[in-house]
Amino acid sequence: MSAFLKTALRNKSFATGFVITCVVVLMAAISFVWTPYDVTDLDIGSKLKAPGWAHWFGTDHFGRDIFSMIMVGARNSIAVALVAVIIGVGFGVPLGCWAAARGGLLDEALMRGNDVIFAFPALLSAVMITAVFGPGAINAIIAIGIFNIPVFARLARGAALSLWPRDFIMAARAAGKTKTRITIEHIVPNMANLLIVQATIAFALGIIQEAGLAYVGLGTQPPLPSWGKMLNEAQTMMSFAPHMAIIPGLAIVITVLGLNLLGDGLRDVLDPRLTRKRD
Amino acid sequence: MRTLKKLLAVALMTTAIAPATMVGAAFAAKTSLIMGMVLEPPHLDPTAGAPAAIDEVVYANVFEGLTRIGSKGEVLPGLAESWDISEDGKTYTFKLRTGVKYHDGSAFDAEDVKFSLDRARAEGSTNAQKALFAGIDSVTVKDASTVEVQLKSPAGNFLFNMGWGDAVIVAPETADGNKANPVGTGPFKFGSWVKGATLNLVKNDDYWGTPVALEKATFRFISDPAAALSAMLAGDVDAFANFPAPETIPQLRADPRFNVVIGSTEGETILSTNNTKPPFNDVRVRQAIAHAIDRQAIIDGAMFGLGTPIGTHFAPHHPAYVDLVGQYPLDLEGAKKLLADAGYPNGFKATLKLPPPSYARRGGEIVASQLRKIGIELEIIPVEWGVWVPEVFKAKDYDLTIVSHTEPMDIGIYARDDYYFNYNSDAFKATITKLNETTGEADRYALMAEAQKIITNDAVNGFMFQLAKAGVWNAKINGLWENSPVQANDLTGVSWSD
Repeated sequence: MSAFLKTALRNKSFATGFVITCVVVLMAAISFVWTPYDVTDLDIGSKLKAPGWAHWFGTDHFGRDIFSMIMVGARNSIAVALVAVIIGVGFGVPLGCWAAARGGLLDEALMRGNDVIFAFPALLSAVMITAVFGPGAINAIIAIGIFNIPVFARLARGAALSLWPRDFIMAARAAGKTKTRITIEHIVPNMANLLIVQATIAFALGIIQEAGLAYVGLGTQPPLPSWGKMLNEAQTMMSFAPHMAIIPGLAIVITVLGLNLLGDGLRDVLDPRLTRKRD
Repeated sequence: MRTLKKLLAVALMTTAIAPATMVGAAFAAKTSLIMGMVLEPPHLDPTAGAPAAIDEVVYANVFEGLTRIGSKGEVLPGLAESWDISEDGKTYTFKLRTGVKYHDGSAFDAEDVKFSLDRARAEGSTNAQKALFAGIDSVTVKDASTVEVQLKSPAGNFLFNMGWGDAVIVAPETADGNKANPVGTGPFKFGSWVKGATLNLVKNDDYWGTPVALEKATFRFISDPAAALSAMLAGDVDAFANFPAPETIPQLRADPRFNVVIGSTEGETILSTNNTKPPFNDVRVRQAIAHAIDRQAIIDGAMFGLGTPIGTHFAPHHPAYVDLVGQYPLDLEGAKKLLADAGYPNGFKATLKLPPPSYARRGGEIVASQLRKIGIELEIIPVEWGVWVPEVFKAKDYDLTIVSHTEPMDIGIYARDDYYFNYNSDAFKATITKLNETTGEADRYALMAEAQKIITNDAVNGFMFQLAKAGVWNAKINGLWENSPVQANDLTGVSWSD
């Protein structure tokens, strides 16, 4: 692994993305044990303070420390996006592989089913799901996760289809291995690179979607802070407390940028052909 | 060359005409008004629904009652031009105005008054304020312009009650259609309603009284505070009777285009408590909550300082108000002790359902953080009004909620049998019954004071603050109300000053 990291870190995109993502994850991890202030403790007396020494990122309209809120918010964003990606991979990859291995009517049915989910704008459907099952972080995860499924299913199917006619798969089939075994032992490991890159991108999208849902009040519920909710609350206060909007906005931008750079870098590193072309 | 000359001539002519027309337009005062409202009424019949938004559109504009409430809360003649009260205070004889026509052209007379009052107090009536009519024994038509109302017992506030939106006079022929197509006697007629967006009223040229200055009044429904701010700044709305984003008031005040008027409302903003649901059925638990609530922090945090602390369910600007704010001072240790005495030394968990206005959503977050300090963990559940009304208000499925009770003089709701607080006190009911039968002002005030003290002693709800009315409107508009003594946007006196 360290050898891989060494090579990978020579890639500028990967290095930048890796550092940013590590910082965000670290912040989220630290927030479990320590934040500068308690985010559920409102101190109306010190509301709307501009960034300074006592409060690095200032305070919001309830006097909460925005730096602490960003830390705890990172935790929510990461948790929601990560679980949503896991749902997408967990259901999407097996479905895609199954469709590719069986082909025929089953393939058609699964892929058309995917198209149906794809046809809905993801955020709109997420709003629908949370409207039916009630707002909250768990439902946000499910809503975002469901729309990750077809993304991974398509990717896995495409990759698997291109692998099936290859010689080494033929050899495995000739040796009498079942399709399931071939899928697990040969197909999936050979598409891992693609999946990792896609997962990084889905992760970044998940963060944006979580913020979007929280912004309209359907994500993480108070008293827990979330970046999207912070943006929503800042709307009417932008004229006199711009830091309330700028800071969570930057947090989202930087995190997503970091993940995208990481994804780009990973693609370059994991796909040697592409790297050579670039050189 | 010739075409060029022609063009030049045309250009010169148009430039000569254009300023003239522009000047003309600028000197004629505007005759339309766009009023922003946060909530859209579910329908337009004030005699068949509690939502304040109904009255805020139709009261005094479309519908009128026997009396009407003025901008300072005074009782003015409405469709009754005068009245006599008998010696014993039980018989009211109303002399009605003549020549009054409904918007459909039919004439108004005493039969309509009898119909409206009998309909409101009938067995199956859907009137949201049946208590207003409970004291009426009989309504008799003396002649086409005289009505006699016989009360069961003297009622000191009868004339005020008849000025409520719920007591407006409707015609028997059109009463059932008022929800969608309101037909009243007011200076404005119903125009059109684009659900979810706007509602138009147009001037009634056949109005019996002083004609209104506005030809057209539009209500625009904007539920999002941020959208309300941009609509105001962009000039898309001319006025907001009660601006939903108190944090932006300094910004709007600094803008010379707007007039910002902070007035009072009848809105007691309270932490409504389900008094029969354990653990809230224990008065010590409710008192502990009262001791843990820091009203000023809620006013500063949720309303940016707009609001007056209250210690009971009564408007502070009313002469009979008793200041009970100090009865439960902020005392976390005392609160914890009360909780321990009630059997909850480690506190408990409960839910807090919050409707959309910022006083509730923001106030709720602050209340939750304050109660957490004495061990009460509140799960915040944001709900839309469409859920709040059936679930909390009607089905009483809640622990705690925050709402502003904007009806005037509504302490009587604590005496209702089936109200959503589930409060049941014989002492309080007796006081209100006595109050309803008393006519002397001093005696009435004494009884009102007693009623206020009973509910505070029982800590029925968490009494937080009186909602302020943050009126914001174009500086050229005259005649909008500074305070809201009743739920209304009375546009009858509104005009533009250029």
